[in-house]
Amino acid sequence: MGDRSGSGAGKAGEERVPQAGRGHLDASERELAGQGRNLPPLQLHVPEPRYRPGDAADFSDLEIPAAGTAPRPDEAADPGTMRDMAYGLVRVLDDEGQAVGPWDPKLPAKTLIRMLRAMALTRAFDARMFRAQRQGKTSFYMKSTGEEAVSIAAAAALASDDMCFPSYRQQGVLIARGWPLIDMMNQIYSNKGDRLKGRQLPIMYSAREASFFSISGNLATQYPQAVGWAMASAARGDTRIAATWCGEGSTAEGDFHSACTFASVYRAPVILNVVNNQWAISSFSGFAGAEATTFAARAIGYGIAGLRIDGNDALAVYAATRWAADRARANGGPTLIEHFTYRAEGHSTSDDPSAYRSADEGSHWPLGDPIARLKQHCIALGIWDEERQAAMDKELAEQVRDAAREAEKNGILGHGLHHPMESMFEDVFEEMPWHLREQQQQMLDEAKAAGL
Amino acid sequence: MTEAATETRQMSMIQAINSALDVMMERDPEVVVMGEDVGFFGGVFRATAGLQKKYGKNRVFDTPITEIGIIGVAIGMGAYGLRPVPEIQFADYIYPALDQLVSEAARLRYRSAGEFISPMTVRSPFGGGIFGGQTHSQSPEGIFTHVSGVKTVIPSTPYDAKGLLIAAIEDNDPVIFFEPKRIYNGPFDGHYDRPSKSWAGHPGAMVPEGYYRVPLGRARTVRAGEALTILCYGTMEHVVESMVIEMGVDAEIIDLRTLVPLDIEAVERSVKKTGRCMIVHEATRTSGYGAELSALVQERCFYHLEAPVERVTGFDTPYPHSLEWAYFPGPVRIREAINKIMRE
Ligand SMILES: Cc1ncc(C[n+]2csc(CCOP(=O)(O)OP(=O)(O)O)c2C)c(N)n1
Repeated sequence: MGDRSGSGAGKAGEERVPQAGRGHLDASERELAGQGRNLPPLQLHVPEPRYRPGDAADFSDLEIPAAGTAPRPDEAADPGTMRDMAYGLVRVLDDEGQAVGPWDPKLPAKTLIRMLRAMALTRAFDARMFRAQRQGKTSFYMKSTGEEAVSIAAAAALASDDMCFPSYRQQGVLIARGWPLIDMMNQIYSNKGDRLKGRQLPIMYSAREASFFSISGNLATQYPQAVGWAMASAARGDTRIAATWCGEGSTAEGDFHSACTFASVYRAPVILNVVNNQWAISSFSGFAGAEATTFAARAIGYGIAGLRIDGNDALAVYAATRWAADRARANGGPTLIEHFTYRAEGHSTSDDPSAYRSADEGSHWPLGDPIARLKQHCIALGIWDEERQAAMDKELAEQVRDAAREAEKNGILGHGLHHPMESMFEDVFEEMPWHLREQQQQMLDEAKAAGL
Repeated sequence: MTEAATETRQMSMIQAINSALDVMMERDPEVVVMGEDVGFFGGVFRATAGLQKKYGKNRVFDTPITEIGIIGVAIGMGAYGLRPVPEIQFADYIYPALDQLVSEAARLRYRSAGEFISPMTVRSPFGGGIFGGQTHSQSPEGIFTHVSGVKTVIPSTPYDAKGLLIAAIEDNDPVIFFEPKRIYNGPFDGHYDRPSKSWAGHPGAMVPEGYYRVPLGRARTVRAGEALTILCYGTMEHVVESMVIEMGVDAEIIDLRTLVPLDIEAVERSVKKTGRCMIVHEATRTSGYGAELSALVQERCFYHLEAPVERVTGFDTPYPHSLEWAYFPGPVRIREAINKIMRE
């Protein structure tokens, strides 16, 4: 073998003559430069979740502060004085289902039951639509199981015309705002009743009348958009605020940073929700930075208020959202809320979580189930009982089934009852330009020639 | 023109753009101007000078240096009901915002079936000829003409710049408005070794003070001719025009002004008449907008063509600094191309 140095600077056997200015150092210079010292090799840290398939999960060492112990700063508090809030965990409901501590929103019975009902309806809706996908009635679905409180209690704490910029896992906001289930299902089936004309992947709803912004497949893009909406509201002297949601995985996107910077700079009346459900498809939260800090703590660096809360505690979600909304409405600026929760099911109908996480994890998750916890609270208050819960669940399942039957009359995916093919070319622009008109005509001619 | 033009005054392209913004902010309280250094300072090219003082900080404001944020926020403002005119300081820096432009602004109307729209106009200085090197010279229009749902507009005179910008701001679709910065202060004939000219005396520099529109989607015939059609836009319109005069060739020069939607009738009519078509742009060649033009001409004017369609473009390299004038499709290269296509 010849010379493998690859430098081309000398032939084998030839003495190399050190040249000044070419990087050849003598021994003392090498020492000064840190070379030649006996340093350990560098190591790259690649995060690894605690449990993989087959492992027994145990979260007993996870620090979960007792309910009622977190202080409640004034809504006008300077973010600099409330940094601890980003590392603690606001919890209202204790293990017995009692609401305790300064964050108890002291909601009337009617509101509690309304939230419980919307959460149960969301779960029933998810179950039915997941099944519809398995039955081949649509191509795709995403459940929000275990995260219902995050969207429903937040929606309950906001005004109905506050603008929401959701991710794909806040169907609870639409349900809490009383949006017709049939309309949602029409979208999922991409049928002739779909207001989005079959253009969007299932669950990428848009409902302007419900102040629910069009959902995008591109993660975190809604974050700066929500801030812009809030800035516009402030600039026009409006009273409405904006709220947005993304998963903890999505906080790694540049949009998140841009949004936080804008929100901070202009003190935008916006609530930035991070739903930390521990998983981003197969990647655990460590890949978004969770090993080093909390997501609420991101707020500190931007100088905005940050709250870390128990996302499975509907009362904590309600109270924190209300706090942030009041702050925003009083021109106190943005709040970042980390909802600590757990994605109880697969990422989507295309995902099998048993391939990357312990099957055991969900059942050992220390914050429990948001519906069970709110139900327990209502029972403890004496305003609810198991019979009523069972009757409600049955009623909701029927309501969802009836809505699905109605929606299916408009067609299911692939069964022909969709919007006319020429509608594909509409709404690209306000008015259809010549090249789209030509392509539209070409498509129709081709279909005709093929006898379709 | 939809309204009688008021007093006319000589303006540079920068002044014309400033005037368009002023007119639109005056007429429509929903128009807001935002971007890096656009507020108090009035923009690195002075395009927004005086606007903040006149309209206040709620309507004209400086932004943090994040193009994702500038465009993302403008989309949110558009969804609220405002009509944002964000500035990207150089087209070379529009890439961080590409996701917000391509995946969001361009698709919003479509994906929400018209529930939400993005009526923004993104202004951005573009093009070379100023020793801007790799990151102050690029012409990325081809990236945007490839995106369904955005319009791409490029003016070449102060008159067009103002009228097109007003039309773009009034348009309910997102518009990418590229301003050829080489001709901000005067037309450029490509002879970099000659003293630079101001807009004084140029017919396209007489600009009405008030409101008028130059409609989007309509090309301008700069010069009628019978021997050859030259399709161009931006700075290249002036380089081409000067070479055509210098060479005495009877070429028809068409300034496209809007790339999408293209004025296909003007292109077809001219090429069918002349039988020859040359396309000139500063942007790199491969998959550039010239390729689309060439394909359209070939598809629609095939039996009228007497020579292959000729493209004079930037080379497929990053924009060089010291070799700028070897790269730029200037007089030498245009002369050669005209000679070649006329020989065929
Ligand atoms: C810009 C972008 N990159 C990647 C994807 C693919 N993707 C869809 S969902 C997802 C995980 C998101 O996780 P997280 O933000 O934690 O939200 P969760 O699904 O847990 O609610 C990924 C990577 C995407 N949709 N958009």
